[in-house]
Amino acid sequence: MTPGEDSLAGTVEELFRRVLFLPEQASTVAKDVDHLHYVIITTAMVAATVIFGTAAYFLIRFRRRSETEVTRRVEGTLVWEVLFVGVPLSTFLVWFFVGYHDFIRMQTPPPDAMDVYVVGKQWMWQFTHPEGPNSIGVLRVPVGKPVRLLLTSRDVIHSFYVPAFRIKQDALPGAYTQTWFEVTKPGSYRVMCAEYCGLKHSEMWAEVQALSPEDYEAWMQEQRRGLVSRRDASPSAPEREEPHKPARQAASYDAQNPHGEVMYGERGTLAERGERVAAERGCLKCHTVDGTAHIGPTWLGLYGRRERLTTGETVVADEAYLTESMMKPGARLVEGFEPVMPSYLGELEAAEVAALVEYIKTLRGARLETIRSEGPVYEPIGGK
Amino acid sequence: MNPSAGSSQPAITYLNHETTVGSWLLTRDHKRIGVMFLVLVILALLLGGVFAMVLRIELLTPGPTIISAMTYNRMFTLHGVTMVWLFMIPAIPSAFGNFVLPIMLGAKDVAFPRLNLASVYIYVAGAGLTLFGMLWSGADTGWTFYTPYSTTSPTAVAPILLGVFIIGFSTIITGLNFITTVHTLRAPGMHWSRIPLFVWALYGTSVIQVVATPVLGMVLLLVFFERVFGVGLFDPARGGDPVLFQHMFWFYSHPAVYIMVLPAMGVITEVVCAFSRKNIFGYKMIAASTFGIAFVGFFSWGHHMFVSGQSTFGSGVFGVLSMLVAIFTAIKIFNWVATMYGGSIDLRVPLLYVLGFIFLLVFGGMTGVAVATTSLDVHWHDTYFIVAHFHYIMVGAVLMAFLAALHYWWPKMFGRVYPERWSFLAASTIIFGFIVTFLPQFLLGNLGMPRRYYQYPAELQWLNVLSTAGASLLAFGFTLIGVYLLWSLRYGRVSTANPWGSSGYEWYSGSPPAPHNFTEAPRFEREVHDYTVPEAPRVY
Repeated sequence: MTPGEDSLAGTVEELFRRVLFLPEQASTVAKDVDHLHYVIITTAMVAATVIFGTAAYFLIRFRRRSETEVTRRVEGTLVWEVLFVGVPLSTFLVWFFVGYHDFIRMQTPPPDAMDVYVVGKQWMWQFTHPEGPNSIGVLRVPVGKPVRLLLTSRDVIHSFYVPAFRIKQDALPGAYTQTWFEVTKPGSYRVMCAEYCGLKHSEMWAEVQALSPEDYEAWMQEQRRGLVSRRDASPSAPEREEPHKPARQAASYDAQNPHGEVMYGERGTLAERGERVAAERGCLKCHTVDGTAHIGPTWLGLYGRRERLTTGETVVADEAYLTESMMKPGARLVEGFEPVMPSYLGELEAAEVAALVEYIKTLRGARLETIRSEGPVYEPIGGK
Repeated sequence: MNPSAGSSQPAITYLNHETTVGSWLLTRDHKRIGVMFLVLVILALLLGGVFAMVLRIELLTPGPTIISAMTYNRMFTLHGVTMVWLFMIPAIPSAFGNFVLPIMLGAKDVAFPRLNLASVYIYVAGAGLTLFGMLWSGADTGWTFYTPYSTTSPTAVAPILLGVFIIGFSTIITGLNFITTVHTLRAPGMHWSRIPLFVWALYGTSVIQVVATPVLGMVLLLVFFERVFGVGLFDPARGGDPVLFQHMFWFYSHPAVYIMVLPAMGVITEVVCAFSRKNIFGYKMIAASTFGIAFVGFFSWGHHMFVSGQSTFGSGVFGVLSMLVAIFTAIKIFNWVATMYGGSIDLRVPLLYVLGFIFLLVFGGMTGVAVATTSLDVHWHDTYFIVAHFHYIMVGAVLMAFLAALHYWWPKMFGRVYPERWSFLAASTIIFGFIVTFLPQFLLGNLGMPRRYYQYPAELQWLNVLSTAGASLLAFGFTLIGVYLLWSLRYGRVSTANPWGSSGYEWYSGSPPAPHNFTEAPRFEREVHDYTVPEAPRVY
């Protein structure tokens, strides 16, 4: 393709995007999603023109000329039946396959994605990086690196929606769902809650700040230094309260104010925090971390292990299963253990759940097995 | 008009043979029950319309305008509940279906007249309880009652749930009645292949009503128990699953869309034939596609949950099944247009509504296929695009068909003709107003404005203002219709027995019909909508 043709295609695309009022395309999937959108809208317009053109022609050509007019009996033949079914069916199936192909891609995070835990609660979004930093209202990610979000909710169902990325995923209480995106250009992008969640549903905003990889690394280093110095300076200092700042305020687009609130209340990385939570919440009374069996299954090498359930089925202990086991311990019980574990829904902060999962993930056995996933939805990811 | 029509109008009609209030309230006459339902659903439409106008006025500015966030949340819930359960589901079957279905089949009444009367009072009881809930504190859950929000909301969700639960029985009874009537009360000569397509549409609807409505009843009761007794079915802390509710709710509520749309399609078929003076192009295709929609409609509920964490494969299956519904709809659209070929078309107001219907159905249907396309739905899910889509296909279709039926059967029901010019003005206003109201909402959805938003980003304001302007056109159109129809009841020109020269079977009776529909046994010797001879059918 010559540059001239390329820019022409680009102009047509841009024209479509503007005519359809679509937001900017800031993720790797956005363009593909929009292309199908343009095709469908064009087809719809053509189909509508044909249908109404025909109807208008009939209206004029066959208008009533006298009150006692009789008409000939006309009935459809097999050819018409085949046409009436075949034309829309083949068109729709093409859309379906193209769309489903993109959908599978949107549902399957690449294996090299970095993880961020996302918690929705009435009415704010909280983001926690496994390396430690967490913030309300602002998610910082590097450009050009896939980011997997592990979402959950602390109360009712929320939905994490970034129009510029063309992604949306419900955040459910008591379960983890996931989605992913890769930002293509630095900037800040609006996050909205798309599942009705009560009084301030329309104010449950946040923003994604896409930084260049260098800026992101610098920011992360700074956070780590802050976290480490805090841990070293006052290991037993009381944890600071989370500021209850409305999400919308936190996500304001004022360039003078730093975006969002980064919290230093939690010390260390998520995994370190998980270790503390496990001790404080009494997890270790029943679960060991050295491989010996106790009241509950050992955590050593648990992540990614194939567990046999009381129902005879097997399950891969991934983030979703570990979370479910804390929230709904009786739902899928590992064989050989009694259903004695209490539910921690409402007991554990969602960030604490994330911390525990991250902690369990660090407790790998000597040999790292390749994890086989059960489906595209909850594919566990090995490295970070 | 047609020379033979109008000669044998019955002197005693269902309207004048008894005129006491008691004779209306305790009637078992399907026609009077139809008229009572008509009054009730129009009141519901009025109420739902007022809620809608409040919503649209609130959305004129990005911030708070006239009501608080809490009131707004209640308002869209009440708008949805009223429009869906009090208006759209009973609108065409219970009002027009009750009136014309037995006449079309040559029957004196429906199979269970007492049950039919009961369905009115069950509806009134359910609607009353729902209204009580609204006035008491009003639910703020959205008409979908998603858990766990609906199980924890502090508002009066329980009476509204119970009210909707009760209304469900009214729907089920009407469905049972129609199915039984079609099977047992057809007049001699009414073969299966002759049954008017409006009746087939009602039959398909009735099957959905009977099969799906109990599931709604169950799930509403479960939410009620969860709220009142705390059984924990949808509460993850007690091993429940909030998404289970969505599966059960949409298992009813998706087919419910076809409870609303199928009768509308039936009306359109009748009106296209009558005003094109033509038999339908593909009788079997339309009848079969009705049952195709009724069947496939049961297996597409998961397309409401593409982003709920449902399996990717499941989403794909639900997506492709949803597209089949669009195929059946496309078959109908092509057939309606093809019916006009070779006809003798008189563009009267009912036909104008049919054109509006087809317009909304084409765009509503195409956007329906678009949102069934999994990758695109991720962006559109729970945005104004969805709001616009279902208002086009569901609300637009039902409203257009409701108004087409109201005008087409107005002389049949009340023996008076509505004023032609005013009705043209109103119809054009409503069709134009509808498009202006909801077209900007497609664009708002593209821009990413989620639904049920009290406040929205300031750059979206002008589209919202445009939408509100369209809504006020709608309000004006409906007011106009209300005024001239009420006027015509008393001052309208007296109608002949068959003012349209239609050869639909319901015109074999007088306008208005005799108390038992026919003064002598009707003989259905001609095909339905047969216009190959100049005479209009005889009035029995």
